[in-house]
Amino acid sequence: MAVLSPAKTKQNSEDEPAVKRSKGGLVGRLFHGLSAAAGLTILLTLAAVAGFLVLRAWPALTASPAELQEISWFRADSLLAYVGPLIFGTLLASVIALLVAVPLSVGIALFISHYAPRRLAQGLGYIIDLLAAIPSVVYGLWGALWLAPALNPIFEWMTSALGFIPLFAGYQPPAKNILTASIVLGVMILPIITAVAREVFLQTPRLHEEAALALGATRWEMVRMAVLPFGRSGLISASMLGLGRALGETMAVLMILSPGFLYSFFLLKPGQHQSIAANIAAKFPEASGLSVSALIATGLALFVITLAVNMFARWIISRRSEFSGAN
Amino acid sequence: MGKTVKRVNNRTLASIALVGAFAATLTACGADATTSATTGASNDASTEAAADLSGNLAGAGATSVEKAMGGWIAKFGEVAPDVTVSYEGVGSGGGREQFLAGGVQFAGSDSALTAEEAAAAVDRCFGGEAIELPLYISPIAVVYNLPGVDAEHLNMSPATIAKIFSGQITTWNDPAIAAENEGVTLPALAIVPVNRSDESGTTKNFTDYLAKASEGAWTYEASGDWPISGTQSGNGTSGLIDTVSGAEGAIGYADASRAGDLGTVALKVGDEYVPFSTEAAAKVVDASPRADDATDKRLVVKLDRTTTEAGAYPLVLISYSIACSAYDDAADAANVKAFLSYVASPEGQELASDAKVAGSAPISDSLRTEVQAAIDSITVQG
Amino acid sequence: MTTLPLTPTPAVPTGPGRGAASGTSGRTRLQRWVPWAVAGGSVVVAFLVLLVAATPTVASVVALAAVTYLVVLTVVSRVVEGPRWATDRLATTLVTFAFGIALIPLISLLWTVVSKGAKVFGPTFLNTNMVGVFGDMTEGGVYHAIVGTVLVTAAAAVISVPIGILTAIYLVEYGRGPMAKGITFLVDVMTGIPSIVAGLFAFSLFTLIFGPAYRAGIMGAVALSVLMTPVVIRSVEEMLRLVPNELREAAYALGVPKWLTIIKVVLRTAIAGIVTGVMLAVARVIGETAPLLLTVGIITKVNWDLFDGRMTTLPVYAYNQYSQGGAGVDRAWAAALTLILIVMLLNVVARLISKFFSPKASR
Repeated sequence: MAVLSPAKTKQNSEDEPAVKRSKGGLVGRLFHGLSAAAGLTILLTLAAVAGFLVLRAWPALTASPAELQEISWFRADSLLAYVGPLIFGTLLASVIALLVAVPLSVGIALFISHYAPRRLAQGLGYIIDLLAAIPSVVYGLWGALWLAPALNPIFEWMTSALGFIPLFAGYQPPAKNILTASIVLGVMILPIITAVAREVFLQTPRLHEEAALALGATRWEMVRMAVLPFGRSGLISASMLGLGRALGETMAVLMILSPGFLYSFFLLKPGQHQSIAANIAAKFPEASGLSVSALIATGLALFVITLAVNMFARWIISRRSEFSGAN
Repeated sequence: MGKTVKRVNNRTLASIALVGAFAATLTACGADATTSATTGASNDASTEAAADLSGNLAGAGATSVEKAMGGWIAKFGEVAPDVTVSYEGVGSGGGREQFLAGGVQFAGSDSALTAEEAAAAVDRCFGGEAIELPLYISPIAVVYNLPGVDAEHLNMSPATIAKIFSGQITTWNDPAIAAENEGVTLPALAIVPVNRSDESGTTKNFTDYLAKASEGAWTYEASGDWPISGTQSGNGTSGLIDTVSGAEGAIGYADASRAGDLGTVALKVGDEYVPFSTEAAAKVVDASPRADDATDKRLVVKLDRTTTEAGAYPLVLISYSIACSAYDDAADAANVKAFLSYVASPEGQELASDAKVAGSAPISDSLRTEVQAAIDSITVQG
Repeated sequence: MTTLPLTPTPAVPTGPGRGAASGTSGRTRLQRWVPWAVAGGSVVVAFLVLLVAATPTVASVVALAAVTYLVVLTVVSRVVEGPRWATDRLATTLVTFAFGIALIPLISLLWTVVSKGAKVFGPTFLNTNMVGVFGDMTEGGVYHAIVGTVLVTAAAAVISVPIGILTAIYLVEYGRGPMAKGITFLVDVMTGIPSIVAGLFAFSLFTLIFGPAYRAGIMGAVALSVLMTPVVIRSVEEMLRLVPNELREAAYALGVPKWLTIIKVVLRTAIAGIVTGVMLAVARVIGETAPLLLTVGIITKVNWDLFDGRMTTLPVYAYNQYSQGGAGVDRAWAAALTLILIVMLLNVVARLISKFFSPKASR
């Protein structure tokens, strides 16, 4: 599951044939045009996604607060005030998911790339990839029916022992809070981050590794001095990719979280947060007219956020290729 | 090179063959879960006539009636095998919208048409008007998860329930609950109120009941969306039941047929406590007046939540079947007539009242007479 | 980099290679059996402690034993071998634990799905639809949902595979300058579109054109193709770049025009990789629920027409059956099992194709 294209550097100079050739007749030009047109459809699709979302969201974007408050679930002063807590909840869930997934992914990727026996490594990689093959509804069912009861004793302990920290105060069973949802999101993005991190770690120049070992470094020192610095920016972009996935995940959050519309850092309390995607899925079936537009407007906000996250990730990758130093 | 190309060709052929074989397997098999053997029961004249009907009959709307609709469609299929009835649970609002847009021939809705919608229905119904029939009456149970309490039902007044759900009563052994349940040992357990997180007719009816019957203890308006934030909640009936089951001391409200092993509350009506039952639910509908704008075609009930009628259970949800009094197509008119007649018939209502199907309350004979009169008024226009 | 001084360590004159476990002179290293002994001891200690303090469960014993092992081994190693090797052992343990922790959700997920799904799963389940199923009937199956999933996903593939392959060809064989750069960037951005946004897009597009009540399989296919196309482009692009340039140049030298070279040489060489990539892209979208929930809906019987009426797909079916409760929950798990089996089958086929047919140059 290669989601990124690593090492984009070797292409351009090699592909160009040494001798400039003619365009190759009508069919050749047609084929060139066809492939370019396919490329342009990507541009068109993205423009269409943005365009149609804006078009359908327009009634809600231009409606007065009084009109919006006709919608039974709309309890905010304006569309912005409504979508604000949703954006907060979405970001919070995704960031916690990253905090869960990134350290684990780095560990797993290192285990597969540098610690596990060579013969086992590829098989272990497939096993982690299996996690990516499980549909999100199943994660939702699993999170609500297996994980939440399993986490219950841990959360009860946390709120009784660490309850003086507001973060962990006020746990109420069952474990349908943002932390449970984030852990499930973390598991869901684990395979994506692991796959990219593994690729990046395997690309560490052998010379760097061997030089470190020859100087008497332990395996961990070698990893710290050669592998991690080399993989750092790749890791950041992998995390961004995972973040993008977590931002848009719907069903798992919908089935696990007790939603609420607050700016709240109580991770164990129910009814504090909600993500944009889950909110759309929950409200869409009963929505009609203006409420559909309002939901699409929140979808537009999600689109803009993921766009920003992805652009940030690309920016980091482009910086990386400039001073990667290796190869 | 040539060798590679050849191998590619073989492989391509093989994969095409594989895909083809797969497609063939898919088309070859596949069966209905039940073979519609036209079993008996077709001894009266109207069902004999139904056997001659044919065509498509599409409905859409509230998800609450989906389970009952599944049963009705299956059994109606035995009477009128050539009519393909479908019902899509798109939500009440969506159902009314699709009905008014002419997308479906009938709709199911947890709330009656608004005045504007009723006006718009004249256009849709080819100059006729909309027919609204209360054909699905479903008791809503207040369910709780208290494995240690062995009483059959806990007794609660609407005010107590309102205080529990608004967070004023927080433990099970609160004096207010204990006073209504003498002789029951209540645990010193925290109460976890659970509500639906999605917008639903169940929530709307529950909050409407609390607002009207709790004598001011419930300060919010009736709404399909839960008005209090910071609560435990579940998405859909399943999510709610799972949430209540997931924590001891939890209390919630759900379609009574889904209560399962959970305890259910007996509501205070007048001076006695009434547990939910299909008969008790039907009773409140008969005891309730009609809405102000109701006609003999729009049988809209204004539920009397504060009824003191003995043995009535006022926490019910009514789902209306909405159709037209006139269709431009003779087949449509005949199909709608036949299907709704079946739904309103004693057999249809009996089927849905089976706890394994939907556990709804069968409509009374007097209501059936009115419903049947409205159905019989359906005509073909132009 | 600068946090650790790169001074050679005279303590270990033999120069420990990767995995060398026993230094001989200077500081002594732990014997190979020591970590195992510590592990065994930790489990016993954890069990005994929990036996005294509370009732031991598998999970609590494993958790306590893991912590004990971590602490004891690090301390022992620090005393015997010194801080650097202690850190190394700590890191090894943590990295291994990370892998172990990742297995917990995987195993419990698969176990839950298989054990709960096995109840109603079987040939009859795969071969029936839901017509006439109501109440607590345990009949009914996923035949119509399998048909729907296959049709919608196939339609999505029909849309995105040609666009994906042609775009990849453009990027690898023709693309120069700002346009190619821009498209590469847009493809990356497109990878990040949330599935529900893709669903909303398809919903908006079709309801604007065909009216608010329009629902059809093709809407879901369009939504899925928005998600699928960038994945196809990425994998095909990588495969095309693996084709050795010598092959292209040989073809040019023989006077073959560029377009023919691409079709006859480049694509033919890379076909196995392309098929693998497409299959993995299909596996990526086949389990999507949210966009299909918004657009394709659900019905009880088979619908072969992609352009008219609702269709049932496996993920939506699983969600819907779970929502119905009762006997539906068993069907939901069985449908989830069916879906996972299909996805795994696709993955296995993809790996096999890539293993047996990919050009030698790739590895």
